Amino acid sequence: MRKSNIFLLGIMIQGFLLLLLFVHAAYTEKAAGPVLEEKREMVKRLELTDLCLFTEASYTRHLSQADLHTPFQSYPLSLEHFPSGSILQPPAMLKRMNGKLD
Amino acid sequence: MESWIERQRNILDFTLSSLLRRKGKNAALISVYTLVVFMLASVVFFIHSIKKEASIILQDAPEMVVQRMVAGRHDLIPIRYMEKIREIRGVSSVRGRLWGYYYDPIAGANYTLIVPEDPQLVMGKIAIGEGVSRTRLVFKGDALEFRAYDGSIIHLEIKDIISSESELVSSDLVLIPEEDFRRLFGGSRDYATDITLKIKNSKEIPTVALKIAELFPDARVILRDEILRTYDAVFNWRGGMMIVILAGALLAFIIFAWDKASGLSLEERREIGILKAIGWETSDVILMKFWEGLAVSLSSFLSGILLAYAHVFFTSSALFEPALKGWGVLYPNFKLIPFIDFSQIATLFFLTVVPYTVATIIPSWRAATIDPDSVMRA
Repeated sequence: MRKSNIFLLGIMIQGFLLLLLFVHAAYTEKAAGPVLEEKREMVKRLELTDLCLFTEASYTRHLSQADLHTPFQSYPLSLEHFPSGSILQPPAMLKRMNGKLD
Repeated sequence: MESWIERQRNILDFTLSSLLRRKGKNAALISVYTLVVFMLASVVFFIHSIKKEASIILQDAPEMVVQRMVAGRHDLIPIRYMEKIREIRGVSSVRGRLWGYYYDPIAGANYTLIVPEDPQLVMGKIAIGEGVSRTRLVFKGDALEFRAYDGSIIHLEIKDIISSESELVSSDLVLIPEEDFRRLFGGSRDYATDITLKIKNSKEIPTVALKIAELFPDARVILRDEILRTYDAVFNWRGGMMIVILAGALLAFIIFAWDKASGLSLEERREIGILKAIGWETSDVILMKFWEGLAVSLSSFLSGILLAYAHVFFTSSALFEPALKGWGVLYPNFKLIPFIDFSQIATLFFLTVVPYTVATIIPSWRAATIDPDSVMRA
């Protein structure tokens, strides 16, 4: 078998798998409808405001409820030290709401 | 047309033979290239899916939350604030929320305790999130002990475990009746943690927020739009780890491009010289290098994308988990819904395949236009 045929076959298989990913994504998205609905309903019923992604500190657990100074909440020189602080950006609204304090 | 295709295939055959002659080098190149695409695509898939899911499920978050600030910190809010807020035109309902955090020294984890409006949850019974159940190894019917503010121990029976499907929002939750919440944390019944509002007409939300800010200068208002925007912004490309990963990928591509653009190896130049000496045109050499760039970058790109998809959506971003988990004990087990679209793949393609292919052609054109004799003698 020619090398070009093997290569093109490989690319075609990969391309086909890529198409399958789209099919899988569309199918999973459709199938997840009831689960998403359940989560929405829970958010509504319990009046939740945040995703439970970072549970290590209160201000990373409830990002939308955080204060601008929360990294310093233990004492004034307590700099932000939680690992998730290196992943996240402070919400823009905090800067707006706390502008007068700076 | 047939002869054009045959010509391309012949050149591709030759290109692949040429690549296979330098197996080790090219295998290493393809591996690193695949890894770079894999990292970039994993980040793109993860961020897009989590943002999209957050935007869907938080659509029903409270329209407005009013919190009291004391000395720059969130403090309990007097229930009497609710009466004045209720009188504001446009407000359809007002509710005092009770919620807080409880540190469990046995698990070393922080729980989020919430008092729901659920009449079925009677005193002494709680419902817990799957993460709490998993961490403490407690199940329906078991009792969970809490240390109250006055040092007394309170045993609460687990009436229910919240569905594991909703772990992304409920993993660390403990739903507790109001009486038990007050027993645990003390405090006066005249206070709530914060106040949530429902507004009749969404256009009136900014006006209501302004009136509340005027009525209660010590209060801050958080709007649902701001909650939604928070999750749109937190995984911004400029944020912490994201910029580290993006910078790493960018540097890797600069090294690739520099390696290619700085010229070909002596062996490659000699090969081009021989090809020209036996009658290959400059255009044939460029075509060969184009196929070489495409063969390396396209196969790496497709492999990287496929692996990234499997990583993010089949293994729940296993490689990102340690970074996301941080010091948190209660990390939710969640499977992201693959919200992918063609534009993400196209962006990744233009960021990775196109620059590499172009970087391969330029030095080859330079080498292909010089005299074959001098190249072979070099």
